[in-house]
Amino acid sequence: MILPMLICVLLLGGFIAFISERWSQDAPRWMGVITLIAEALFLTLPLSWAEYADGLSPVWLADFHGPWIPRFGIGFHLVMDGLSLLLITLTVLLGFMAVSSSWTEINNRQGFFFFNLLACLAGTVGVFLAVDLFLFFFFWELMIIPMYFLISIWGHEHRTYAAAKFFIFTQVSSLLMLTAIIALVLIRHDKVGSYSFDYFDLLDTTLEPEAAFWLMLGFFVAFTVKLPAVPFHTWLPDAHTQAPTGGSVILAGVMLKTGAYGLLRFVIPLFPDAAHRFAPVAMTLGVVSVLYAAIMAFAQSDLKRLIAYTSVSHMGFILLGVFSWNLFALQGSVITMLAHGISAAALFMIAGALQERLHTREMDKMGGFWTVLPGLSVLTLFFSLASLGLPGLANFIGEFLVLQGAFSVNRVLTIAAAVVLILAPVYALIVMQKAFYGPLRWSAPLPDAGRREWASLGLLVLIAVWLGLGPQAVLNISEPAVKNSIAMERG
Amino acid sequence: MNSQQLFALAPIITVAGTAIAVMLGIAVRRNFILSFSIAAIGIIASMIALGIVWRESPIQATLLLRMDAYALFYMALLLSAGLAVLGLCYDYFKAREGENEELPLLLLTALLGGAVLACSSHFASFFIGLETLSISLFVLIGYPLNQARPLEAAIKYLILSGVSSAFLLMGMAFIYAQCGELYFNDIGRYMASRQEIDVTILSAIILIVAGLGFKLSLIPFHLWTPDVYEGAPAPITAFVATVSKGAVFALLLRYFISTESYAYPPLLNTLSCIAGLSILGGNLLALLQNNVKRLLAYSSIAHMGYLMVGFIAGGSIPSAWVVESVTFYLLAYFITTIGAFGVVSVLSTPDMEADDLSEYRGLFWRRPWLAAVFTLMLLSLAGIPLTAGFIGKFYIFTDAADGGLWGLLAAVIVGSGLGLYYYLRIVIVMSMSLKATEIKPAYDWVSAVLLAVLTIALIWFGVYPNLLVDVIQSLA
Repeated sequence: MILPMLICVLLLGGFIAFISERWSQDAPRWMGVITLIAEALFLTLPLSWAEYADGLSPVWLADFHGPWIPRFGIGFHLVMDGLSLLLITLTVLLGFMAVSSSWTEINNRQGFFFFNLLACLAGTVGVFLAVDLFLFFFFWELMIIPMYFLISIWGHEHRTYAAAKFFIFTQVSSLLMLTAIIALVLIRHDKVGSYSFDYFDLLDTTLEPEAAFWLMLGFFVAFTVKLPAVPFHTWLPDAHTQAPTGGSVILAGVMLKTGAYGLLRFVIPLFPDAAHRFAPVAMTLGVVSVLYAAIMAFAQSDLKRLIAYTSVSHMGFILLGVFSWNLFALQGSVITMLAHGISAAALFMIAGALQERLHTREMDKMGGFWTVLPGLSVLTLFFSLASLGLPGLANFIGEFLVLQGAFSVNRVLTIAAAVVLILAPVYALIVMQKAFYGPLRWSAPLPDAGRREWASLGLLVLIAVWLGLGPQAVLNISEPAVKNSIAMERG
Repeated sequence: MNSQQLFALAPIITVAGTAIAVMLGIAVRRNFILSFSIAAIGIIASMIALGIVWRESPIQATLLLRMDAYALFYMALLLSAGLAVLGLCYDYFKAREGENEELPLLLLTALLGGAVLACSSHFASFFIGLETLSISLFVLIGYPLNQARPLEAAIKYLILSGVSSAFLLMGMAFIYAQCGELYFNDIGRYMASRQEIDVTILSAIILIVAGLGFKLSLIPFHLWTPDVYEGAPAPITAFVATVSKGAVFALLLRYFISTESYAYPPLLNTLSCIAGLSILGGNLLALLQNNVKRLLAYSSIAHMGYLMVGFIAGGSIPSAWVVESVTFYLLAYFITTIGAFGVVSVLSTPDMEADDLSEYRGLFWRRPWLAAVFTLMLLSLAGIPLTAGFIGKFYIFTDAADGGLWGLLAAVIVGSGLGLYYYLRIVIVMSMSLKATEIKPAYDWVSAVLLAVLTIALIWFGVYPNLLVDVIQSLA
C-alpha cells in the first residue's frame, strides 16, 4: 500500500492546496511544504519494509499489484527498487526546492500553481514506480499536463509558444511509444494467447529481430525526446527558459530523468539485442549532444537558456552511459542523473533569483554582481564548478564513471566525449565572467540571498559535496538495481 | 408481425408516440416547459423500454428491424444524447422570443430516425430512418427562422443531404439489380457465394459509402460541415455532431459486417484514403480557425477519420473486436462533443452565438468550472489520459496495430500532434488574463447538471473503463 500512497499523498496535497487558496494567500505554499514532508516520511518506509515485497527478487524493495482493466491484462502494478528510490528521493528534494523558489515569485493564482506543481510531481513519482506499461504511459502523459499549465500560465514572455512546443514534442513522441507498447503486447498475445501489459511478462517475450528493432525505436524516440538528445532537443531551451523557476527546477531536475530512467528500465531490458545493435548510433547521438550542447551553451546570452543547454550536454553523458551497458557506465549514469538534478536545479534557482531582482535574464545587462551580491555569487560559482565537473563534487563522479565504462565499449566516442571537459569550464566560467565579475553595471539596490534562499541552496551545496566525496552510499543503493537490469537482459 | 415483435419495437413506438403527444400538447396549450417535459419523459420511458427489451433480445422484428444487443445499445446511446441535447436546448431557447415548443417535437422525430437506423437490417428501413433523421435535422438547423446564418446552414444541409441521398439510392438500386435482395443478410449470402469481386456491387457500395460519408462528414464529402456547425444553434450543432453521425455509423458498421463487405480489398483501400484524408485534412484545416464552432467542426471531421481507422481494421481483425473498439470510441466522442458544445451553448444565446475565440478569453478566471469542463472535454478530444477519449484512442491504436495499418496509424499520430495544437490554443486563450465584459451571467441549472454528469462520465470511463468495456464486449 505504501507505493500508491506515495502518489496519492501528492495528489491529495495538490487538491488541498488548490482549495486552501480560499482561506489564505499563504496557505497553498505551506500546503506544498506539508505535503512534501508527508511524502518524505512515506518514502522512508519502503526501506524498512523491504522484506514485504513478496513474489519478486530482493532487488525490489516494495511491490503493489491491483487489478485495473482486466480486459487487456492491465494491472495497477507498482514496484520500487534502488533506482526508483533514488530518483523519487531526488523528486521530493527538488519538490522542496521548487516550492521554495516559487515562494515569492508566484503571486497570482497560487492555489492552482501549487496544485499543478504537486500533480506534476505525482505523475513523475508514478513514472518511476509503474511497471505496467499502460500505467507507465498513463503517468508519463499525466506529468506533462500540469507542467504545460505551469509554463503557459506562469511562464515568461514567450510562454504560449514554449508550452505548446513542449507539449506537442512530448505528446507525439509518446504516441510512438504507445504504438510500440501496443504492438509488443499484441505480439505477445499472438504467441501466448493472453493480453498483458506487465513489464515482467513482457520481458520474457521473444521477438523477431526486425520487429524488436522498430519497437525499440518507438520507445527510444519517446525517451530521447524527453531526455533530450540531439536532434530532439529543440523544445528544451524554450521550455526551460520560459517556465517559472519552480517549473524549470522540476523540468530540469526531475522530468528529464524520466527519459533516462525509461531507457534504463525499459528500452534495453525489453529489447536487448536490438539495443545492442543500435548502441553505436545511440552513443554517437549522446556524444553529439554532449559536444553540440556545450558549444551552444557558450553562445547564449540568456542565462536560463545557457543552463538549459548545459542540461542537454549532461544528458548526453547519460545516453552514452546507458548504451555502454556495463556496471561502471550505468552507475555513472545514475550518479549523473542525481548530480545534474541538483546542480541544474540550483543554477535555475539562482537564475530565478536574479530574474526576480533584475527582471531580466540577459547576461549582457549583468556584470559586477560579486560586490553587491556576494552570497549569490559564491553559490553561483560553486554550482558552476559542480556543473563543469570539478573533482570532489557529484558531477565529476558521474562523468568519470560513465567515461570509464564507455571506454571499454567504444574508445573513439569516449575520447570525443571527453573533449567536453575542456568545453564545460568555458561555458561555466563565462557565466561568472559576464554576470559577476567586471564593473558593476546596475545602479538600483539589490538584496543579497535571503534566509530562504540560503537554506535551500545551502542544502543542495551540502548534498553535492556529500555525493562528490562519498558516493559509495548512493552507489550501494543503486547497485543491486543496476546489476539486476544487466542480469535481466542476459536471462 | 406477432406480439413479441411488436413488444420488441416498444422503444421506437414510445419515441413516435411521444412525438405525437408533444404535438397534441401544443395544439391544446402552447407551453414551453410542458413541451420539453413531455419529450424528456418520453425519452426516459423509451430508455426503460429498451432495458426491458434487452432481456428478450435478439428479436428480428420483421425483415426491416433487428433488435439485438448492438441495436439496443446504440439506441440507448442516441436517446441519452438526445436527452442531453434536449436539456441544453431548454436553457438555450428558454429566453428566446417566439414559438419554441416545436423544438422537442423535431428532436424526437430526429431521434426516431436515428433509432430506426440503429436497428435497421434492410435497405427500406435504412432509407426511411435516414430521411426521417435528415429532414428533422434540416428544420432543427434552421429553427431560428429570422436569422440569416441558421437559414443559410439549413438550406446548405438540405441540398447537399438531398444529393447524398440520391447517391445512396443509386447504390441501393445497383445492389438490388445485381443480387435482387434488399435484406442485409441475403445480400451477405449472395456476396459470400461469389468468388471474384463484383464490379457492380463494388461501385454500389462506394456510392453508399459516399452517401453515408456525407452524413459522417468525411473528406471529400465534408464541405457542409463547418458552415452548418457554425450556423446552427449550439445545442443543435451538438445533435448534428453526435446523434446523426452515431446513428449512421452504427448502420454502416452493421451493413459491412452482415453483408461481408469487408471481403472487398479495393473498398478498404478507398476507405483508407478517405480516412487518411479526413484525419490530415480535418486537423490541418482546424489549425486555421478562429471560430470555436468551426474548429470543433474540423476536429469532428478528423475524429470521424480516427473512427474509420478502427472500422477499416475490420478487414483483418475479428468483427467483434471492431464493434467493441469503435463503440467505445463513439461513446467517448459523444460525451466529449456534447460536453464541448454544451459549454458553447451555455455561453451563447439565440441572438448571439459565443463562437469567436476571443469570447473565451479569461474564461478560467470568470467562470472557472465551465472553463475546467471545457478543458477536460478538449483534453479528451486530444486523447490525453484520465479522460474517456484516451481509452478510445487506445482502442483505435490497438485496432490499427493489430490490423497492420501502419500508414493510417502514422496519420493518426500526426493528426493527434496537430490536434493538440489547436485544442491547446483554446485552453491557452481561456487561461489568459481577464477581459472585463461579461457575456451572459444567467445561471442555467439544467445545463450545469448535464455538464457535471458528462464530466463525471468522462473521467469515470477514462480512469476505470472496466464496467463499460464489459457491457460493450457483450454486444458483438
